Amino acid sequence: MRLVYFASLRERIGKSEEELDLPDSLRTIGELIDWLAARDEFYAAAFAKGIARAAINKKHVKPEALIAGAREIAFFPPMTGG
Amino acid sequence: MIPRKIRVQSENFDAAAESAALTEGRRDIGAIASFIGLCRDEAGTLEALELEYYPGMAEEEIARIADEAERRWPLLGVTVIHRHGRIRPGEQIVLVLCASAHRAAAFSAAEFLMDFLKSRAPFWKKEHRADGTQGEWVAAKDADEAALERWSRDA
Repeated sequence: MRLVYFASLRERIGKSEEELDLPDSLRTIGELIDWLAARDEFYAAAFAKGIARAAINKKHVKPEALIAGAREIAFFPPMTGG
Repeated sequence: MIPRKIRVQSENFDAAAESAALTEGRRDIGAIASFIGLCRDEAGTLEALELEYYPGMAEEEIARIADEAERRWPLLGVTVIHRHGRIRPGEQIVLVLCASAHRAAAFSAAEFLMDFLKSRAPFWKKEHRADGTQGEWVAAKDADEAALERWSRDA
């Protein structure tokens, strides 16, 4: 799975994108976040306090969204455009 | 389909030229509401903002917001230009133009677009300080999220 990170999450994780083999047991964005946060202290810091927002295939999704069929999953903090 | 222009770019924009382009050859437009967002330095400590964005999604998300604005109001044209990269205080960040037959729709749609751009378009601002120290990521404001509530009540 292609994962991309932006802003403070990108800085904490230390990369802007990566390809990861995800366990088949992961069903939702929320489960993926928990799995990533358990990888090491940098991922844990990136996903701390539940601030991470997610997009699947460049559309906003909620934590309960299913990841099956996703081509690209993005994680980022609350947006500050405009 | 009404004329629509959505751009994410590092270059500056010319609001007057964009407005002229929107009305060129048209006789039916009675109002254009124009909003320009600028980089500001309230405390005198900001060297520049660095605007990061999600290429592809930023354009798509702005288009989805424009779709919704066109559903809600009788618009005759929409232009949104959002810059990325390094932007210094006093420089322009974002332009929204909404054209309609009458002012009410143009004003409302421009405000709606800006409210959703703030909290839904994937852009993030980082501060670069004038003293050379590492700045912070600008935090999202609760007020920006609250601004969206109003539009869901109006729907």
